[in-house]
Order: sequence, then C-alpha cells, then structure tokens
Amino acid sequence: MADKHIDDISGVETTGHEWDGIRELNNPLPRWWLWTFYACIAWAIGYMVVYPAVPLLTGATRGVLGYSSRAELSAELAGAKTAQGAIVEKISTSSLPEILADPQMAQFATAAGAAAFKVNCVQCHGSGATGGAGYPNLNDDDWLWGGKIEDIHQTIAHGIRYADDAETRVSEMPAFADILKPIEIRQVAAYVVSLTGTPHDPAMVEPGKALFADNCASCHGEDAKGNREFGAPNLADAIWLKVKGEEQIAGQVRQPKHGVMPAWQTRLGDTTVKELAVYIHALGGGE
Amino acid sequence: MNLYTAKDPKAEQSGGKPPSVPNEPLYAARKKIFPKRAEGRFRRFKWLVMLITLGIYYLTPWIRFDRGPFAPDQAVLVDLANRRFYVFFIEIWPQEFFFVAGLLVMAGFGLFLVTSAVGRAWCGYTCPQTVWVDLFLVVERFIEGDRNARMKLDAGPWTADKIVKRVTKHAIWLMIAVATGGAWIFYFADAPSLAFDFLTGQAAFVAYSTVAFLTATTYVLGGLMREQVCIYMCPWPRIQGAMLDDNSLVVTYNDWRGEPRGKHQKKVAAANEAVGDCVDCNACVAVCPMGIDIRDGQQMECITCALCIDACDSVMDKLERPRGLIGYATLNEYQSNMALATDNGQTAIQPARVRKPDGMFSDRVRHFNWRIILRPRTLLYMGVWTAVGIGLIIALLSRDRLEINVLHDRNPQYVLESDGSIRNGYTIRLLNMIPERRTVLLSMMGLAGAEMKIPTLTDTSDRVFAIPVEPDKATTLKVFVTLPKGAVGDAREGFSFIAEDRASHEKDVYRANFNTPGAK
Repeated sequence: MADKHIDDISGVETTGHEWDGIRELNNPLPRWWLWTFYACIAWAIGYMVVYPAVPLLTGATRGVLGYSSRAELSAELAGAKTAQGAIVEKISTSSLPEILADPQMAQFATAAGAAAFKVNCVQCHGSGATGGAGYPNLNDDDWLWGGKIEDIHQTIAHGIRYADDAETRVSEMPAFADILKPIEIRQVAAYVVSLTGTPHDPAMVEPGKALFADNCASCHGEDAKGNREFGAPNLADAIWLKVKGEEQIAGQVRQPKHGVMPAWQTRLGDTTVKELAVYIHALGGGE
Repeated sequence: MNLYTAKDPKAEQSGGKPPSVPNEPLYAARKKIFPKRAEGRFRRFKWLVMLITLGIYYLTPWIRFDRGPFAPDQAVLVDLANRRFYVFFIEIWPQEFFFVAGLLVMAGFGLFLVTSAVGRAWCGYTCPQTVWVDLFLVVERFIEGDRNARMKLDAGPWTADKIVKRVTKHAIWLMIAVATGGAWIFYFADAPSLAFDFLTGQAAFVAYSTVAFLTATTYVLGGLMREQVCIYMCPWPRIQGAMLDDNSLVVTYNDWRGEPRGKHQKKVAAANEAVGDCVDCNACVAVCPMGIDIRDGQQMECITCALCIDACDSVMDKLERPRGLIGYATLNEYQSNMALATDNGQTAIQPARVRKPDGMFSDRVRHFNWRIILRPRTLLYMGVWTAVGIGLIIALLSRDRLEINVLHDRNPQYVLESDGSIRNGYTIRLLNMIPERRTVLLSMMGLAGAEMKIPTLTDTSDRVFAIPVEPDKATTLKVFVTLPKGAVGDAREGFSFIAEDRASHEKDVYRANFNTPGAK
C-alpha cells in the first residue's frame, strides 16, 4: 500500500486495493461491535480463570471454581436419589399386598421394577419378558412355581435350583431313559401330546395313559395339570416351556433338561426384588 | 418533488440530463429527533388507541373468570407448567394448539387486509413500538418541555437543571419499562399471588429474569432507539412493500395543491405569480416522530402515524383553506391529480389548473372514494380471513372434550395364555378435558367373544367398564383384551375402543388392532 487513497465522496481512506475501479472504504469498526468484541475477550479471560479451560498433557487446568461436569452429574443423581428416598423407604418397609394396594407405591414400584428388569433379567427372559425355549414367558398365566405376588417374590429372591441359596426352589425330573423302555417313552409322549388336542395315534395313547398314571402323575398330577409345589409344569395347557411336538417331548422324558435361575435377594437387595415382583405381577399374568 | 412523480419537469427543461450522483456520503449518522406535540383528530384517535391497547395489556391478567374448583380462575392464563391455555370460557390443551396457529393465520391475513386497504395502519397506530414510544414521548415532553425547549436543553451545557431533568426522565422511563415487563409475567401465572411473590422476593428466577429482559428491551427500544427500530430492525415495513398497491391509502403530501410552496405567499400572489397552499411552516416536519419531511413523498421511514395531517390541518384551518394538504390518499388518486396540475407532466405544477376561479377545487380533482377499499385484493384477504375465522369457530364448537388415545403393546405383540386364548395389551389414555369429575364408559366394538380386563380397576373381565376420571386430566389405564381360543383367527383383527360420557352425550372412538400368532 504505497499510495494513500482517500475516497472523494466520503473523505474516508480506502484499503488501497482496486478491482475494476471499485475500492473498499477503510472505515473503522462500528463502536458497538468493537465493544462487544472487547467484552468477549474479557469474558474469555475470566472464563479461563474460573472454569477448566487450558488442556495440559494429562488433564486440564481446573479453574478457581473447581467446577466439573461429572461432579454436577453426581450431585444431580444424588438429588434424584434423595427425592425418591421417601417412597423407596416406604416400599422397603411395606409388605407386598400393601404396595399393590397403594396406587402411588404400585406405580413407582412398577417403573423401578421395569428398570431393574431391563438391567438384570432381559438376558434370559427377553426385553418384553416373553422368554424363549427353556426360559418362561412372564406375561402369560402359566406359572411353574405360582403366580401370586408372594410366589413371584420368592422365586426372584431365592432363584431356582441355585446352589448358593439355601431357600432356592428345587425339583428334578428323573431321566426316564433308565426307567422306561424306548417304546414306552414314545407312548407317554403320545399321551402328553393328546392332552392338548393335537393329532395323535390312539394305539400309542392308551398304553401311554397307563404309563403316565404310574410314572408321571405323582408330580404332574392325575390330570397332568402340574404341581406348583415341585415346579412341575402343566402338560395339559397350550404353553410349552422347553419343547414342542412329540419327538421333543419324548426327548425331554428320556433325558430332562433343567433350568437354573440365580437368587437375586443378595445381589439386588429386598427393595429391588419387591419392585421386580410388582412389575412381573403387573405384566398381565399375575394372580 | 416526489420521488415517484412520473417526470421531473425541471429535468425535461434541462435537456434530459441524468441526475448527478449526490455528492454526500452513503452513511447517514442518526439525527436527533424532537417531535413536537400535535393536536387534532388523528392525535385524539391515537390517544384512544393507546388507552385501549395499554389497558388491554396491563389489565387482562387481572380479570377473574370462575371455572369451578378444578381450574384456575384467571380469565386469560398461559399455564406452561400444566400445559393448559385458558381464554375465558375456552380451555386449550397442547394438542389443540392449532387454534392458536389459526389465530396467528388470521392475524397475518388481518394485517394484509388492513395494509392493502389503509396502508401501514398497524405501524402508525397499534404497533407496541409506536404505542410505547408515544408513551415515552409524553414523559419526555412533561419533564423537558416541547420541541424547542428540548432542542435547547439538548444543545445546552450540562447544568444541574439538565442533569435533574435527564435523570428524572430516564428514571420514569425505567419505571414504565419495569411495569411493561412486569405485566407480561402475569399472563403465565395467577396474577395476584405472583404479584405478592414477586414483590416479596419469592417468585421464580424466570419471573425476575423475564421482567429484567423486557425492562431492558422496553427501555432501549422505546426510549433510546425509537425510530431506528422501525427503520433498521423491523422486517414488517419491508414486507409491506408487497402489500401496498396503487389503491392503498397512504399519508400523502398533495403537492398538486401545495406547490409552489412559499413563506411569503401574499407578496408572491401580489406579484401575480402562482402560489400553492403550502406555506412552508414546517409544522409537519416538527411533529414527525420519524424525523422525515412528508413533502419529500412516500418514504420507507413513514409509519403513517398521521400526526403531520393533524399539524397541517390546524395550519390550514388558521389560513382558512381546505384541510387535506397532507392527508390519506391513494397513489392512483394522487397521480391523477398530479397529472391534472402539471398537464400530464408537461409543465410545473400550476395551482390554477386544479382550482376554479373562486378558489374552490375543480371538479376534475379526484377525491377518495370509499368503494376503492372493496377491490379483489382486499375481498380475497377478507374472504380468507373470514373463512379461517369461521373454520376456527366451527372447530371450537364441535371439538371433543372427551378423547381416547390407545397405545398397543409392541413387546410382546400378543401373549398365549394357558387355555389357548390370545391376549393383547393396550395402554389407554382417557382425556377428560373439562374441569369436572365424570364417569366414562369404556367399551369395545367388534372382536366378538373378546373381553377386557383392567387389573388396576377390578379383577373381573367385561366388555364395558365405568371408569371414574379426574377433572381436567388424562387418566392412563393398562387394559388387557383376551380373545378365546375358538375365536382366534389367523389374521390381525380390527376393532374399536369407545369412550363415552352418557350424561353429556360425548363419544370418541379409537380404531385398534388385535394381534394373533397367525398375523403377518
């Protein structure tokens, strides 16, 4: 910018550049803009002093306020916990029927139970609590060990066939491969299939019925409707826990599989187990 | 000379030379404006508008309206926390917000209608910026005196008197600003209790910050920036360029009767030269809150506050000449009269061409005809405005105060029960949109054989349930519908949930689906 050029009309100095006869005026910045700019700089300096700002090799400067977003989060979480404290305390000291009778407690427990279910239970029972082969569907009205709230609570608290819990629910179906002949096992399977009205061979069912009365009725009942004392499944209903079809039923009779559910009382505490029981009970099959 | 006048006769005379570039900077520093007090019919009308608009703004939140024990008794209330909007007998839930959208559409078309018919009437009379600037000017005049006194004070040195006057003025402005911001928050909470909380320091932070913000904007925009808001910040003046046409009324200096202007008319007339009505007294310039000279023609800055009309009319009255040298006129009317006065642009303005020998206006002078307001454009705006209005009224009169919303369970989609029946779960929300308790009958239509069960209500299954619902609330229910084994088809089946209030004959139907294992 060797020559200083002054615009004729405005009397303002130009930047010295020229494009096809067009020059840019070198007006000063508007005052309000300049002061806003200075204010931003002052703000930035203050911010760097007060808040964590400058990155260092292994961290960052802390700022004189000692602010951290993690501390803020844990404070908020603690605040939320405190806010829930009263109702959680009420649930922990109330009995299950009392919780169900109180709409506020029931609503909170259902929501809390749903949250705990998503963390601890969906791995086996599925996100919709619909289960799968060997893992019971918790929505329906078919219960192995009982569908009353107390029964559900007991199952969750102490588990099933869980060796580390003294009060766990235990039962075991013998392997009939050692007891019955292969043809007899097929006959029993045919009878069990016939109970739910599915197509079957009458020649197999008749001897199967007799074999069932001798070998199976003690646990599954004369009418094959199961026994919740032993967790013996109802064989006369539409719901099959582990198997489907005659072949698989025969297989289960020959060499039964047994599911295991952990005890949750020691892991989650009684309050959470209560909340889980309320949630499961409210899924639609609760008795 | 008006900028939009067809031809400048002087340019014609000078041989059609293009106008030279004005030898002045493009940047204009703000000129201080000291509007003089005007008197006249438009000023009186503006006082009335100010009284009404400010009255509505300040008093509305304090009007009570009894809605019974389950709803607030404030006539106009925007209850953001509970998401309810109350306007007298109308209660709006969030999903009915289209009523507010409809009102905004009406406001938009109303502005189009008013602007195309009578120009920037919104800007000149009812815009909050105009009303508050007017109010602030009242204070300024009261403290510092009228135009000449204020100019003298402003130019003078900082004496004790000046300091006292300035401090008093700004203090009163700030008090008005606080009252403005303060009135706003009462629309959002129960006004009397909020007023008590606010004054005793117990109100929410948002209340104080809102008042502080609105105080700042009122003080800065109304007191300090004034006309600059209209000229530089507001988009509405620019939009109005599309709204105005040749038949819109705008504040116009009728130079066809005013020119040639002159202070020494008698002398000029005695010399037998042409004289117009304008005596160049500058009264129109002195009262203008935008600091313009209306005699320069239609300008972007003009908010058509019509105070120059008042100023000019009172001068014309004194001179015993007809009013309306400055007045509302359409561009068509003005151009026709200009053509008459200048012989279609052939000559300079000749007052004799628009007057009869006795001094009265010639019959060829065009005057405003009210019928021009009814033209296709305004009729279209009016039609749309009315249609939206009628639509809103019909929607308001026929709207349901009882609604049912159903959320079908997605996981699981269905549950097989031990007896082979199929169960579906639904979350049903019954919206009781009146502030009264009532009993809603929830029933099913279709899906023969199926029954509902609502465990939180009762253990029995049925196809009809009587459900007590809370006033002005949504009641949420978990409903299980079970279809017996024999009735289960292999496709998804449609049916309806019906919510009904037998007492008020209100009914809402929700079309729902029932999922079965066979459904794809």
